[in-house]
Amino acid sequence: MSYQSHADLGGQPGHGPVVPEPEGEFWHEAFEPRALALTLAMGATGAWNIDQSRAARETLPGYTALSYYRIWLAALQRLLAERGLVADDELAAGQALHPARPLPRVLAAANVAATLARGSPTERPAPGPARFAVGDVVHTRSGQVSHHTRLPGYVQGRRGTVARLHGVHVFADANAQGLGEQPQWLYTVVFDGATLWGAEAQPGLQVSVDAWESYLQPTGDAA
Amino acid sequence: MSHDHTHEHDDGMSHLGEMDLRVRALETVLGQKGYIDPAALDVLVDTYQTKIGPRNGARVVARAWADPAFAAWLQADATAAIASLGYTGRQGEHMVAVFNTADTHHLVVCTLCSCYPWTVLGLPPTWYKSAPYRSRAVKDPRGVLADFGVQLPEATQFRVWDSTAELRYLVIPQRPAGTEGFSEDQLADLVTRDSMIGTGLAKAPAA
Repeated sequence: MSYQSHADLGGQPGHGPVVPEPEGEFWHEAFEPRALALTLAMGATGAWNIDQSRAARETLPGYTALSYYRIWLAALQRLLAERGLVADDELAAGQALHPARPLPRVLAAANVAATLARGSPTERPAPGPARFAVGDVVHTRSGQVSHHTRLPGYVQGRRGTVARLHGVHVFADANAQGLGEQPQWLYTVVFDGATLWGAEAQPGLQVSVDAWESYLQPTGDAA
Repeated sequence: MSHDHTHEHDDGMSHLGEMDLRVRALETVLGQKGYIDPAALDVLVDTYQTKIGPRNGARVVARAWADPAFAAWLQADATAAIASLGYTGRQGEHMVAVFNTADTHHLVVCTLCSCYPWTVLGLPPTWYKSAPYRSRAVKDPRGVLADFGVQLPEATQFRVWDSTAELRYLVIPQRPAGTEGFSEDQLADLVTRDSMIGTGLAKAPAA
């Protein structure tokens, strides 16, 4: 159980007010546009998948103290180092000291627009019928797992209702561990505020998450 | 950016300069190893500064307000309806549109990271990625809206969407009163980024 995410923030107290920001304000430090571009360009090489990059970010020891682009940059360096693509001595020297390793692709300037417009769809052909239907009452998985997962703590072990089916999608938990895509049915599951927050819930509040089938168990109840 | 990047602090260290050097070193190494095309970096930054941003989403909302058939398509298959306006791809591969009504107000968050519909809204604002928003949106949406200076009637019910997979959510705000006969361009001017996340409302037309 060594895996620890620092990113599961839903419902956590003590973070203070939200500070709005005008539209069109992109950067707060000079390095940020380059950090964004390097992250996107390296993401497009296929050296890792998006779930592996999320796992690299959320387990950074300094996560809570870092701005988001600093998280991105630190995770990028970590992903590069773990794969032997860039070593620490090269970053210290500011130049390549070791041979390059082959990558699946390199993003050329001329291909940026087409690559962004294509994206990376995660829907896959359905291997079988969905286990749940809209209106089914379900219970979410409870207890910690020892790997990247996308079921937030505040909805774990809770009773919810299936609101939408979204087809079959790459399973983040498996993909993040390098175990392949193992696609599963994906559902929007809705929870009443009182189920999540008890008596202090705001009246009428409903919250949903998008949950893969293996996060859910039937309850046998009618909605 | 009007900062002087070489500005020295009292301790003789420049924090900005430090990060700049770190990123520059990384960029140099990645370029020398052939992992990146340095020219692609400028194209990426320019794309998200000038081409892919919340004006895309505003076009989607304006069309939905002006054309009931488009609104119905958006409700049934947001990915296809949005693609028909030319907005597809990275972080908008699988879209869902949710429509505010007099009774229900939708709010979008990613409590686990910063998932956001880039194809229609561009880069997420800093607050969207911050701990205050991610922690409170799912528990205290009314309080979050107050931070944005927005107060909704007591009877309005909040419906919060936590983007935990690869679906990306676009809020269609309510069309402001007094906009009958407006063109789509005029309507799009009333649609703010925040109104498409749910932390704001569409603007009222100038009197």
